[in-house]
Amino acid sequence: MKKLLTIAATLGLMCTGSIAVQASPQQDLKAFRSYFAKRFPDVPFQEFANGVYAIDKASRAQWESIEEFPPYELSVDKGKALFEKPFKNGKTYASCFRNGGIGIKQDYPYFDTASGEVVTLEGAINACRVKNGEKPLGWKKGKIADISAYMAYTSRGNKINVKIPSDPRAIAAYEQGKNFFYAKRGQLNMSCADCHQWNAGNRIRADLLSPALGHVTHFPVYRSKWGALGTLHRRYGGCNKQVRFKPFKAQSPEYKTLEYFESYMSNGLKLNGPGARK
Amino acid sequence: MSTIKIRAKAGGKVTKVSALIDHPMETGMRKNKKTGKKIPAHFIQEVVCELNGVVVLTALWGPAVSKRPFLQFKLDNAKKGDTIKLSWVDNKGEKDSAEAKIA
Repeated sequence: MKKLLTIAATLGLMCTGSIAVQASPQQDLKAFRSYFAKRFPDVPFQEFANGVYAIDKASRAQWESIEEFPPYELSVDKGKALFEKPFKNGKTYASCFRNGGIGIKQDYPYFDTASGEVVTLEGAINACRVKNGEKPLGWKKGKIADISAYMAYTSRGNKINVKIPSDPRAIAAYEQGKNFFYAKRGQLNMSCADCHQWNAGNRIRADLLSPALGHVTHFPVYRSKWGALGTLHRRYGGCNKQVRFKPFKAQSPEYKTLEYFESYMSNGLKLNGPGARK
Repeated sequence: MSTIKIRAKAGGKVTKVSALIDHPMETGMRKNKKTGKKIPAHFIQEVVCELNGVVVLTALWGPAVSKRPFLQFKLDNAKKGDTIKLSWVDNKGEKDSAEAKIA
């Protein structure tokens, strides 16, 4: 593993000088995008943010009629109220974020070189709470999803801009996420890539498999199945259960690095959260 | 804050009214996971829609309607600027209403 990293790093350094020293992830990104461009030649790049609705007319028509009156609207309102309500010590969430927390989701997740950890938006929300003497919220649904939905809503239209600093720990976090995505797991012995890359656009029982390009743009998501809003890590857990793999906990290092990898792979796509999905 | 979000759009011959109501619509059959006791029924029983003060729709609902009900219907003889008023009453006697102008 370490040897692979050294080789990759050396190859990376040998690449053209105009790109920043992130050649290995950048090469991955290029390959990733061209794979999906080839697989779905009629879908313009930005449309991938709409997932299956970019590749299937019938479900798109249904989705568009739902979007006329989106089920997540109520959550965005609730999220706004929660976001603006001050903590017991008088401060608000705005004090923890750049630009008061408005229109900043495109920067998440980021690698915090000080702590050596990947920081997700939900992680930052709870860190803000704890910093100001409040109890952290549950990670998968409820209030944290509402607040995340409001912050996602204010960031709509902003292009995802996840950075991988030239820090070996950041590259390692990216690689950990990438390996998770491509590794087989569970009783059904399937990887994320099996469904969302190699079989994107194919049917799985009665559903269509979404392409991994654009996966993260519309989170948190109102899923009709849940009848409520949920975070990305909630979906990761569900997906893992579906291949009969005991899921990791939300905001575990495994899911955080997976989110880091997936978000980097969707760089350049415009955020369109919160979304409504089946 | 109102529990009803309402939108009315005038089309060619027909006006489409859509409303999303924030209501738990408890059937009374669900059990509280911690205590094992049934969560009491709490659902909308009657929805009334008025166009410029005249009742155009009455809906009699029961526990079969899901949480956060979405209601959509079409009206004729309605034009831009008319007032649509939607109100509901539930089995506990609680009520709410909201108004919107047809766009």
